[in-house]
Amino acid sequence: MGIIDRLRPATSLAGMVFALMVLGAGVAAAQEPIRIGSILSVTGPASFLGDPEQKTLEMYVERLNAAGGVIGRKLQLTIYDDGGDAEKARTFTKRLIEQDKVDVIVGGSTTGTTMAAIPLVEQAQIPFISLAGAVGIIEPVKKWVFKTPHTDRMACEKIFADMRERKLVKVALISGTGGFDKSMRAECLKVAGRYGIEIVADETYGAADSDMTAQLTKIKATPGLQAVLNAGFGQGPVIVTRNYRQLGITVPLYQSHGVASKQFIKLAGDAAEGVRLPAAALLVAELLPDTDPQKAVVVAYKRDYEARYKSDVSTFGGHAYDGLMLVVDAIKRAGSTDKAKVRDAIENTHGYIGTGGVVNLSATDHLGLDLSAFRMLEVKNGDWALVK
Amino acid sequence: MRASSRADARRTWWWATPRSGGIAALALVVAVLPLGFANGYFYDVAIQAGLNSIICVGLNLLIGYAGQISLGHAGFFALGAYGSALLAARYGWPPSLALVTAVAGVALVAYCVGRPILRLKGHYLAMATLGFGVIVSIVLANDDRLTGGPDGMQVPPFALAGYVARSDHAWYAIVGACLLAAVWLAQNLVESPTGRALRALHTSEVAAAIAGIDCPRHKVNVFVVSAVFAAAAGGLTAYYAGFITPSSASFVRSVELVTMVVFGGMASTFGAVVGATVLTVLPQALTVLKEYELAVFGALLMATMVFLPRGVVPTLSGLLQRGTR
Repeated sequence: MGIIDRLRPATSLAGMVFALMVLGAGVAAAQEPIRIGSILSVTGPASFLGDPEQKTLEMYVERLNAAGGVIGRKLQLTIYDDGGDAEKARTFTKRLIEQDKVDVIVGGSTTGTTMAAIPLVEQAQIPFISLAGAVGIIEPVKKWVFKTPHTDRMACEKIFADMRERKLVKVALISGTGGFDKSMRAECLKVAGRYGIEIVADETYGAADSDMTAQLTKIKATPGLQAVLNAGFGQGPVIVTRNYRQLGITVPLYQSHGVASKQFIKLAGDAAEGVRLPAAALLVAELLPDTDPQKAVVVAYKRDYEARYKSDVSTFGGHAYDGLMLVVDAIKRAGSTDKAKVRDAIENTHGYIGTGGVVNLSATDHLGLDLSAFRMLEVKNGDWALVK
Repeated sequence: MRASSRADARRTWWWATPRSGGIAALALVVAVLPLGFANGYFYDVAIQAGLNSIICVGLNLLIGYAGQISLGHAGFFALGAYGSALLAARYGWPPSLALVTAVAGVALVAYCVGRPILRLKGHYLAMATLGFGVIVSIVLANDDRLTGGPDGMQVPPFALAGYVARSDHAWYAIVGACLLAAVWLAQNLVESPTGRALRALHTSEVAAAIAGIDCPRHKVNVFVVSAVFAAAAGGLTAYYAGFITPSSASFVRSVELVTMVVFGGMASTFGAVVGATVLTVLPQALTVLKEYELAVFGALLMATMVFLPRGVVPTLSGLLQRGTR
């Protein structure tokens, strides 16, 4: 009875597992397709991001292939689900780069998974388009990293610009303690001065709080108050809005893009009337005037997505659409999948119209959106209305 | 019955005793494995398997030998990772010193936490350790000025005496060496009087106490040792990955670690290594199944526990011994 025999069960199991891995990798390579890799958080706590992103990528890669592919080559999409875990995202990025030898990577649903992938794509020099929110992804500018979603800072700026137009200067801030809330609060505090906005109160509430009357009473008593901004996500803003009306506060209330869904109006009911918030064009696709440059794109995407998956479109899926189309557009212009050429082509994108806005990328701006990406909405008669 | 069969097993497992073949065999595997690696991705998976193995070898001392459950070990892992990262990134400490300090800090935390909660037994101990893990995870996610919050933080590369570890090969060597050291330490501990005391209190604390074993002290000690293994692996992971997030302290991660130990085989150091390796590699292999991945993964786990109830290594080696006798 030798060592080898005793170890046999372990080695044969390992052998099977490795054989399976090799098998999985060997399916491709019949022709020379354009390989697009993607790491998405399809399951786990961030699945509300990854799920529509995956569906969008699959649907449009299918469509592009049905139409003959790009520069005469088929697209081959490889998606790995990182479950929102940065460590897994890192391993899958490595796998996309070294094992699957992808030409470009679209993905990273969350800021954490994106940041974990960045060192690898920078080292391997592969164009990478992130679908996550944080400004830190593209600031400072990294040579190979781009992103499609608008940022918290832009939402703050959009709101402050609207306030300035309405001559509202003294503003109270109320926010939750979740990741989204905190990040947006910090960005708003940073840019308020630039718009001549004075933050006269800065209150916070817990993620599970069911009543914000105390914070709002304090805000109501602030002298000279002209407007209130709630940087929040999920349940909190609904409760803030209801309490706001109960306390009879009359100054304008602004919410963030975090609650830009019909669900918010449904839950807040009549209290939502008159609330303003910034939102992506996609959410109000049908409301856009025909002269709007984005109208055709967002209406088409919304129709395609809802027809195929029978569920409401979300801006997150839109980010994936933009990421994929930016890459396709760049590959067409580069005429090859040479990584450096594709990267340069992406960076030279001008006037590309996506669901997130009109994209103008440059060597110093790897996001390429301006404030026109957001539309200011007001709740009127239980529905969204565009603020002219 | 159980004790006698185990003593029997120990006599026949000549290659698994600390001073002979077991570690040599593992060293051989670690040395030969890279020959089959096609690219850096294989190294990456192997390195993660190695790091998970280190945690599981430690956790196995607590769960497998001493019979105490911990559903909060990801907390120690994350504390080791964040401790190393913070000292190196924010305070400019040399990475090696930061790692050692973080691990020492975790040992202290484990001691302070372990003293009161190891009085608890069974479900209550599971609850208490779970609570610890959740607290760590919440603190890391919310103290965003220090830790970067839910989005995580960047970690500088590992450097020792002017040498900066960046390549996959270097990390494979580092993790391989650490794994061998971890297994060697664990095997020595198991074969020592402490190891026998742990097994005794596993079977019956009352009987062990009557035999003169200081049960609380031994339990706390092994808890600290297992936390140190997890923290060391956490520190290495932080430097290797270059980026850490609070999800490394999540409850799911703690459960994953316990699953690895149980899957590989409790009270078997090599079982812990096999369990950690298989459960690290398997999800990578199963991605070809797409949406059925998790279902198949679960089914494989269930099948293993049904057909190999004592875990992969103990059950299979038991079968082999019966077959050859």
